Amino acid sequence: MNILPVLPILIPLTAAAASIPLWSRPVLQRTAGILGALGLLVTSCVLLHHVDHAGILSVQIGSWPAPFGITIVADRFSAIMTVLAGITGLAAFVYSVGGVDDRRKRLFYFPLLNLLLAGVCGAFLTGDLFNLYVWFEVLLMSSFVLMALGGERAQLEGSIKYVTLNLISSLFFLVAVGILYGAIGTLNMADIAMRVREGREPGLISTVSVLFMAAFGIKSALFPFFFWLPASYHTPAFAVSALFAGLLSEVGVYAMIRAFTTLFTQEVGYTHSILLVIAGFSMVTGVLGAAAQQEFRRVLAFHSVSQIGYLVMGLALFTPLALAGSIFYMMHYVIVNANLFFIAGIAHRVRGTSTLKAPGIVCVYERAPLACLVFLIAAFSLAGLPPLSGFFAKLILVRAGLEIESYVIVVTALLVGLITLFSMVKIWAEAFWKAPDATPEATPETGEGPSPARSMVTVSVGLAMLTVLIGVFANDVLKLSLRASEQLLDVDAYRRAVMGVMR
Amino acid sequence: MQLVFAVIAGVLFAAGFYMMLRRSVLKLAIGLALIGHAANLTIFVAGGLTRARAAIVPPGADALASGVADPLPQALILTAIVISFGVVAFTIVLISAASRAAGTDDATCFAEIDA
Repeated sequence: MNILPVLPILIPLTAAAASIPLWSRPVLQRTAGILGALGLLVTSCVLLHHVDHAGILSVQIGSWPAPFGITIVADRFSAIMTVLAGITGLAAFVYSVGGVDDRRKRLFYFPLLNLLLAGVCGAFLTGDLFNLYVWFEVLLMSSFVLMALGGERAQLEGSIKYVTLNLISSLFFLVAVGILYGAIGTLNMADIAMRVREGREPGLISTVSVLFMAAFGIKSALFPFFFWLPASYHTPAFAVSALFAGLLSEVGVYAMIRAFTTLFTQEVGYTHSILLVIAGFSMVTGVLGAAAQQEFRRVLAFHSVSQIGYLVMGLALFTPLALAGSIFYMMHYVIVNANLFFIAGIAHRVRGTSTLKAPGIVCVYERAPLACLVFLIAAFSLAGLPPLSGFFAKLILVRAGLEIESYVIVVTALLVGLITLFSMVKIWAEAFWKAPDATPEATPETGEGPSPARSMVTVSVGLAMLTVLIGVFANDVLKLSLRASEQLLDVDAYRRAVMGVMR
Repeated sequence: MQLVFAVIAGVLFAAGFYMMLRRSVLKLAIGLALIGHAANLTIFVAGGLTRARAAIVPPGADALASGVADPLPQALILTAIVISFGVVAFTIVLISAASRAAGTDDATCFAEIDA
């Protein structure tokens, strides 16, 4: 039994289990956690390299043959997502060393981060639908605790909204899985793909597929289900916000892409046109909501909603180039969004507040000019300026849309990019660039505050360099995305890898 | 029999969502528990209702006889019950801490963070 696809799940889980008894020795707990994240990153890179060259890798857990047992499947898309989880996880760990206060660290913060990463990698690598539900619950429970960790009033209020809506999404998912099992008789993804293609119960399958769309739509914060995200993402610790915004919504998008390219492609005209409308509305409502906000992380939270619209636009267009655009966008977006939230933490450390228009508060440029440069890179990448990664990601999606003459969504995508730029410039002007008022009454409140910790700035600089690198090597990344998207659309290869050459 | 179970699941869903829309956050937690039960019942019905045919291989035979009850939905429901038990326990502690911090259990007062 080849253990490589299981390692990205085992390593963070073992690190979490090993670091929980070390609660009286914070340095050891922290080290065990970081080693777990590092192990995850290395293993996931090896997995991606192996899958890219050798094809889809599948492991039957317990040696029960598919479709009776649970399969762990790694194709290129899953491996890419696992690498992204490794990068964001390691970034969150290193950032938390300097960026999270000691009280939270004593409350099992690092083991919880590892459990979250284990759940995320489990969701990316599983080949069984109910196992996906279980991994969703693992990562959901860890995220609930991480969101409420610290116990400030704002956190608890945000947690209630987060918990409620995500639990509803889990319950929709559970009901959909139950009805699908009743209709088709199997839960293995490859087997479901086969039986759906045989044409069993088409009406019921279409209905269930829309229920899955609702469940994953709530999880990935699409229109009209996204309202929990701006209500809760700006409350927890900054490293936690960054990890959530960079990784958790993407698990929902991954599940959506997996469901609507592998499982439910029997009525593409219906399901994918709904997805196109949802994507367009997400883009627009997200960016218009962001224009009205006055707090740094709330602006970013609304922008998260809008960018997820781009990801689903690629899925909805459903051509190989469009799916490659979605995968490229995913790689660009995870790194940029996590980086933006990390920078929000740095700005908070320097200014003492997250509100944008704060007269008398020192601007970041005076105390941490490197953070300003990093913010410029991340913000312009989000808005889509060349030669950064966001430009190429948007270019691929726009090209894919133009190729199939889907002009409305292309125009929407371009206009939303323009408004995103406006939003980013607003943050830049208010928080990073404007000199504080020189009036005598407006004494700088915490202007003499500490400068950001080295670990925080190192992480942001590292992620910004990744953004620039993806932009510079865009052609190679595009080729990888095209290979991944062709493999996604080739359901027969998936089925053969999981179930062997049987039927 | 399926109709009875379907109606009960529907009533539980309706009751659960009604409770979730109430003002008090404790009723929110009760609503979550109710829709958890409703989801479990739905899986049970969707898996097929077979009476009194346990999924046990008869002595001397190699495989299950046909027409036995399907054990897989029951396993799914057990997993879902355990997960929702843990989740509801967490939710109750969360709302108790939030009510104590806000001084009230009125959900409309939890708007401090909506600037």
